[in-house]
Amino acid sequence: MDVGRHPKIRLLAYSEVEGVEGEMGNFRIRVRKKARYVDENKCTGCGSCAEKCPTVVCDAYNVGLAKRKAIYKYFAQGIPSVYTIDAAHCRNFETGKKCGLCSRICQAGAIDYQQEDRIVELDVGAIILATGYELFDARKVPEYGYGRLPNVVTSLEFERFLSASGPTGGHVYKPSDLAVSEVLATLEKQMRTSSREIERFEKTFEMSSERFIEKFNSGELTGGHYDEWAGQYRSFLPLKEKFKRTKERAESLKTAHRLAFIQCVGSRDSRFNGHCSAFCCMHSIKEAVIAREHDPESEVHIFGMDIRAVGKNFEEYRNRAEGEAGIKFIRSRVAEVTENDSHNPVIWYEDTKARQVRSMEVDMAILAVACEPGPSARRLSELLGVPLNEFGFYATLTVPPLDTFRPGVFACGCAHGPMDIPESVAQASSAAARAASALMGARSKEQGAGSGEQDAESRKQVAGSEDHGAKAKKREAGKGE
Amino acid sequence: MEQKPRSEKQAKGSEELKAGSEKQEAGNELSSCSPPPGKARTGVFVCHCGSNIAGLLDCEALAEYAAALPNVVYAKDNLYTCSASGIAQIQAAIREHGLTRVVVASCSPRTHMPLFKSACAEAGLNQYLFEMANIRDQCSWVHVQERDAARQKAMDLIRMAVAKAALLEPLEDIESSLVRKAMVLGAGVAGLSAASALADMGVEVLLVERETELGGLVRRLNRIGPSNEPAAEVLAMLLREVESASHVRLFPGTDLVGVSGVVGNYEISLKSKGGEETEETVGAIIVATGAVPFIPEGLFGFDGRKVITQIDLEERLRNGSPLEVKNIVMIQCVGARGPGRSYCSRICCLTAVKNALLIKSRDPNARVHILYRDIQMYGAENEKLLRDSRGAGVKFDIFDPAFPPVVKEGSVEFYQPLTGMTIETECDLAVLSTPLVAPEGSAATANLMRLPVDGNNFFMEAHAKLRPLDFATDGIFLAGTARFPATVREAVAQGLGAASRANTMLSKDRLVFSALVSYVTDRCDGCGLCLDVCPYHAITMEEFERDGRVFKKVRTDPILCKGCGVCEATCPKRGVLVHGFTPSQIRAQVDALLEALP
Ligand SMILES: Cc1cc2nc3c(=O)[nH]c(=O)nc-3n(C[C@H](O)[C@H](O)[C@H](O)COP(=O)(O)OP(=O)(O)OC[C@H]3O[C@@H](n4cnc5c(N)ncnc54)[C@H](O)[C@@H]3O)c2cc1C
Ligand SMILES: Cc1cc2nc3c(=O)[nH]c(=O)nc-3n(C[C@H](O)[C@H](O)[C@H](O)COP(=O)(O)OP(=O)(O)OC[C@H]3O[C@@H](n4cnc5c(N)ncnc54)[C@H](O)[C@@H]3O)c2cc1C
Ligand code: SF4
Ligand code: SF4
Ligand code: SF4
Repeated sequence: MDVGRHPKIRLLAYSEVEGVEGEMGNFRIRVRKKARYVDENKCTGCGSCAEKCPTVVCDAYNVGLAKRKAIYKYFAQGIPSVYTIDAAHCRNFETGKKCGLCSRICQAGAIDYQQEDRIVELDVGAIILATGYELFDARKVPEYGYGRLPNVVTSLEFERFLSASGPTGGHVYKPSDLAVSEVLATLEKQMRTSSREIERFEKTFEMSSERFIEKFNSGELTGGHYDEWAGQYRSFLPLKEKFKRTKERAESLKTAHRLAFIQCVGSRDSRFNGHCSAFCCMHSIKEAVIAREHDPESEVHIFGMDIRAVGKNFEEYRNRAEGEAGIKFIRSRVAEVTENDSHNPVIWYEDTKARQVRSMEVDMAILAVACEPGPSARRLSELLGVPLNEFGFYATLTVPPLDTFRPGVFACGCAHGPMDIPESVAQASSAAARAASALMGARSKEQGAGSGEQDAESRKQVAGSEDHGAKAKKREAGKGE
Repeated sequence: MEQKPRSEKQAKGSEELKAGSEKQEAGNELSSCSPPPGKARTGVFVCHCGSNIAGLLDCEALAEYAAALPNVVYAKDNLYTCSASGIAQIQAAIREHGLTRVVVASCSPRTHMPLFKSACAEAGLNQYLFEMANIRDQCSWVHVQERDAARQKAMDLIRMAVAKAALLEPLEDIESSLVRKAMVLGAGVAGLSAASALADMGVEVLLVERETELGGLVRRLNRIGPSNEPAAEVLAMLLREVESASHVRLFPGTDLVGVSGVVGNYEISLKSKGGEETEETVGAIIVATGAVPFIPEGLFGFDGRKVITQIDLEERLRNGSPLEVKNIVMIQCVGARGPGRSYCSRICCLTAVKNALLIKSRDPNARVHILYRDIQMYGAENEKLLRDSRGAGVKFDIFDPAFPPVVKEGSVEFYQPLTGMTIETECDLAVLSTPLVAPEGSAATANLMRLPVDGNNFFMEAHAKLRPLDFATDGIFLAGTARFPATVREAVAQGLGAASRANTMLSKDRLVFSALVSYVTDRCDGCGLCLDVCPYHAITMEEFERDGRVFKKVRTDPILCKGCGVCEATCPKRGVLVHGFTPSQIRAQVDALLEALP
């Protein structure tokens, strides 16, 4: 919010860096400002356009659990508060059909289908990389069945389930149940069409379908419209039956009651990421506590090797989760998740306390997926000449901790390693301090011998980390195979 | 049928209230702390916010409704009041209709109040004569299902805002000068980083350290995990930066003995061990007073020789002298994560794993065994160190705090849940990993500056997630293990961050504060009830003499005051009030609300 209003911050959203030249104190950056097809200066963010847009698209922000329109805002509180046309779905671009509805609706006259990508050149003294992380693709762990078992979800999907403004209004429905509701809706539609047809016949021939079918079966009525009617009615009966059954099922559905959180999915696992993602123990506890608040009867288990509650008040939070909220912690690396007939996930694990392999049936399993450097990290790393470390994040010095190996370029937050929000927020200020120093050019001038040593030292480390970079590349290549 | 008597009763009730309030109003005028309503000329602007408001509410009708309210001489609805044309309309109306009050019924004051206020100011109307009714966030967004009730509520909100607006007083922002200097308290890695960053940004720094040597706890460390640089090198680098910076004045062996004043102008008194006193004025303060390792007196046979702490081990490793032991057992969470001290100290697992690996790399035949509860090697580099240590043959075993290990002569006995057996392992050196705890006297330091500490005497930040380096008190910032255990990298990052936070404020020409703060009226008789309730310590007691008699009365500091209103709510005599929320203004709103009741 504050960023959006600050007079000294120029926000280039929906943009990507394409090139960087120069050095500390004097960088020239080429930025591609991608076409939104909406004039940022005119759009007031009112949303009339999205209300009327006829094209419905799966919503990435709600991890595909909800729908948005082809003209959209990534999320309600996004900054800048401006809409964007998704050219991949908009009728004007996609099918070449003339739609143009939003341009007629918009009272601010902000829609511009002719808008093109723009290249913006920026002159800056320092660069801060705050490009964050991506989530691990849980499909890569076959034994947990994500993508195959409907009721195995990721932590991020679960966050959206818990959110009052989320796709389920804060109710934790089993995805397989949500699927039932969708099936029900389709069936209902089919039934309606079908019964309209049948009604038409009944009206025309002034006879109920039951009477008609008797007569038809006995051969009393045949041919033409009667055949059609009979066909229509015969396909209607099983539809009705199926609808009834599905409806019964939908009505008997309850919200997910037994939850299992599975920790370190893609983290601390030499097949994927050797590193610990640092924030997932805490967010799982948080999600577990909120789930219990929503449904105090629910049974919640967290399966993890260590519970890394290492921040201020975190251990206390964990203890309250265990003591007051009744969340159960099981020390174990889950071996496998299977499912039973009712699509309920079954967790297979070794109970290290009882020294036994056990299984537990739950309604939903939530995977705490790893924090990974995004694919753009590699691209930007090459573009900027900033090496990555062996984990694929931007490599930074021990002290000062946010300096990358290229002077004038700094990294903060998850861009240089997994960390939680307080840590990221603190680091954002730290990076700003380093950038300010770079702009003042103070260090380079004031320090004679000292900084020379430091430079030599960092160059030594650069060499080392290029090596890391190469290693990471190899690893990446290995993954591809 | 039942409805009627009830509404009669309510009407009567509100009449009584009104009568009562009129009586009080008269009293108020006598005390001359609030001007009489006068004849305000109010303009009301009802915003559609595209379809955000107009999608549910008929804004044109609301504007018509507003036009008929007392004092309203102009009312209009517009598509976007915050757009350039919306703002121009407000300004034109101020001039053309001689408006003396402006009310906008739209979105949240949090985001849009500053814009509308400055629009008024530009058109020559005092910015404090502006009032806002939030008919979007508090109405159209939250009552989507109840159109009629929402319409009623929007009318209520507008009527209340108009009623209050009539009683608004013109005020001026409070401005104050500031001194572009900062004091950094504590010269550990956090304080050193903060000081050099501030100096880089052109701020003059007083770096105050209680000990005679700078560097804090890192002075006593061997290597800095997880990257394992020699601690002395890292420290030397930070010291060099501070010592070479021309703007940093060092005060080693010095205590902070007094602090007064407010943001921009804190008067501090320092006293050195030699008794030398220094008085200075600084604009900002950074607290980086660090933490110390807990000394486990009476735990696990701690004796400082064969049963030592990690900090003792660091010192032995630092000397480089051979350890002359073959079997080392480390016990984690000694004095942490239990009754009395419940937190996890974040850094001691790292310390243990780092030292275990260092011992192994010095002497591969040494046997190092770590007994832990959860091994907290969070993040990328730490977890790698853990893997490396396992690879190097460091042994790990979990223990259950209900059955803690027992340190015996030459061995340690522990229950191994994995096998269900009690194991005895040889041990000629037991190393206890103890948490970082707040140093003695940290509560007193906090008291000097009136800063809050938590149950463990760690300093408490303004907001755990969003303002981790700020205190609620303006102009004072926090970094390093004074806040909570942290690694060297984290402490340094926080030091830099706190410097940046301080500089955001110090780089201004002058400080501007809202005028919506408390003020004292003639009715104050010095009873002192409000002194303790003020969360910002903005109220002090004053004595003065009149006709040879001594009177008492409180005084409020407009810069310390945040306008929270607790004092006004506490004082039984209306001796202290808050601008913008005076009893008459609030009562006008309440009366306006009650009017609608049948
Ligand atoms: C399910 C879940 C729950 C969580 N819950 C909590 C919690 O309760 N508390 C907590 O403290 N932490 C929580 N976290 C952790 C939290 O998400 C991170 O600590 C935080 O987001 C890190 O912030 P960041 O700014 O470093 O990165 P990000 O939030 O990832 O932001 C990076 C931004 O950079 C943009 N970007 C990336 N590449 C480029 C490029 N090349 N050019 C331009 N822009 C780019 C991205 O689009 C993104 O907007 C949770 C994480 C998950 C997965
Ligand atoms: C055994 C051990 C091993 C460790 N190993 C590692 C490691 O391998 N890697 C790692 O990253 N971290 C390690 N740490 C943590 C590291 O010591 C801290 O991160 C670091 O010391 C924090 O720095 P600081 O500046 O916040 O606080 P400190 O170093 O505690 O400095 C605070 C300074 O403030 C001064 N002070 C206190 N009160 C006042 C006052 N009222 N007035 C003036 N001055 C005052 C103190 O004298 C001190 O000099 C280890 C800690 C311990 C105990
Ligand atoms: S934070 Fe917890 S769940 Fe996440 S990777 Fe680390 S240990 Fe595993
Ligand atoms: S003033 Fe507020 S309510 Fe009106 S258009 Fe702007 S954002 Fe919307
Ligand atoms: S860091 Fe490790 S040793 Fe220290 S308190 Fe936490 S769990 Fe215990």
